[in-house]
Amino acid sequence: MRRSSATLIGVAAGMLAGGAFIRRRTTARERVDLYYEDGSMVSLTDGAADAGRLLSLARDVLRAAR
Amino acid sequence: MDAQQALADLTEISSQVEAAVIFDERGKVAGSTLADGQRAADLAAAAAELLAGAEAVKSGSDGPLNQLEAATPEGSVFVVRDGKTRIAATTAAEPTVGLVFYDLKSALRAVVSKPAAREEPSPATKKPAPKKKPAAAKKPAPRKKKDAS
Repeated sequence: MRRSSATLIGVAAGMLAGGAFIRRRTTARERVDLYYEDGSMVSLTDGAADAGRLLSLARDVLRAAR
Repeated sequence: MDAQQALADLTEISSQVEAAVIFDERGKVAGSTLADGQRAADLAAAAAELLAGAEAVKSGSDGPLNQLEAATPEGSVFVVRDGKTRIAATTAAEPTVGLVFYDLKSALRAVVSKPAAREEPSPATKKPAPKKKPAAAKKPAPRKKKDAS
């Protein structure tokens, strides 16, 4: 009896942790992708030196559009 | 194609594009999906500022910046340029990036190809092709001497 309830609690905890992980993964991450004529691409994720500045400018664009 | 018509086609084929504006390198608006002219100008100015900011990023690439996407939880911003003409568009969060870029480039190409077609000279004003040089002027290649062996 004790063993089965421990298994149930373990499964429930695993499902919660998995759900949180998936939610975290699928949450839109802030980033700026720059594409150059020579075919190269630079992706600046939130936390990169220039990303914060560019994301702030992007929010200005979104505000102007809405 | 007219910029306004290109944007009308764009919003018709791409349900992801919420707002878009076509402008030149000086920020002059050629067409917009926004009804208010001032809002369109503000959108173009903000997009031009984003493009200028992105150009200042040191990437190590030799080529100029062609296009960009800025993704935020509130939505995404796309800017594509072709020569002096630029198009900026906004979408909801997590759009199909490749598809949006494709649609924006198609719209931009439709606008950019218009002045190029107009600049093409008419057959009457075309310059005559330069005369070919006479074949005799071509210097013959020196002959190889025969080896003694």
